[in-house]
Amino acid sequence: MSKKKLAFALMDPPFENARTTTAMRLLEAAVRKGHDVSVFAYEGSVYLPFARQAQHANSVRGHSVEEENHPLTKDWLAALLAAAEGRGQKLEWANCGLCVDERGAQEAIAGVRRGSPADLVKFAEECDNTLVIATR
Amino acid sequence: MPQRYFLIESRDPFDTTTADSSATLARSLVAEGYQVTLFLVQNGVLPTRPGSRSKHLADAHKAGVTILADEFSLRERGIALDRLVLGVQAAPIDVVVDAMAEGAKTIWH
Repeated sequence: MSKKKLAFALMDPPFENARTTTAMRLLEAAVRKGHDVSVFAYEGSVYLPFARQAQHANSVRGHSVEEENHPLTKDWLAALLAAAEGRGQKLEWANCGLCVDERGAQEAIAGVRRGSPADLVKFAEECDNTLVIATR
Repeated sequence: MPQRYFLIESRDPFDTTTADSSATLARSLVAEGYQVTLFLVQNGVLPTRPGSRSKHLADAHKAGVTILADEFSLRERGIALDRLVLGVQAAPIDVVVDAMAEGAKTIWH
């Protein structure tokens, strides 16, 4: 299949809903299949690339930080950005600026930029298809 | 208008009555002449076990809807691939990306 430009709009914050895992799986599949990807992160999803996310121990299981190896969405995204760059593909991630300011989520990993809902319109116009994964 | 619709259902019909509406919408679109795939993911795969909430899937299959269930979601929930309700096929999540790339109208519910 020829290379396409696919857009995704996300809304869910990390660590709360299976939609986050599914969204990341979709982004991984899109990159793996050679497509360019644009992501607009709205509302709580601006915390997906939050740079200060940290792993923690699990006292219930008696696991150390290393044993627990808690997955972090910022690391998943960093891996996807690196994979796309390594393959010569585009993975653009725009965080809604107002959503970032409301939540104090300014500290994002490298490769994430500040944007606005106008980016979602731009992505939808530029891309071959768009999937909106809305919070319910 | 797109000729193909790809509907994604992530909700558990035992938890919300609106989860069945995707199958109903899929049947309606087929009746209008569109090619329709219903992709079940997350708790949306729960009615793939033969049971009280499988009827909507069976009816959709009879109407001509292609019904796919995310392999990962099935494995997470311990649903055996060889015991899915008639007409449901397990599929990787890649099929969503493929549908988008092929231009299907892709809708998440």
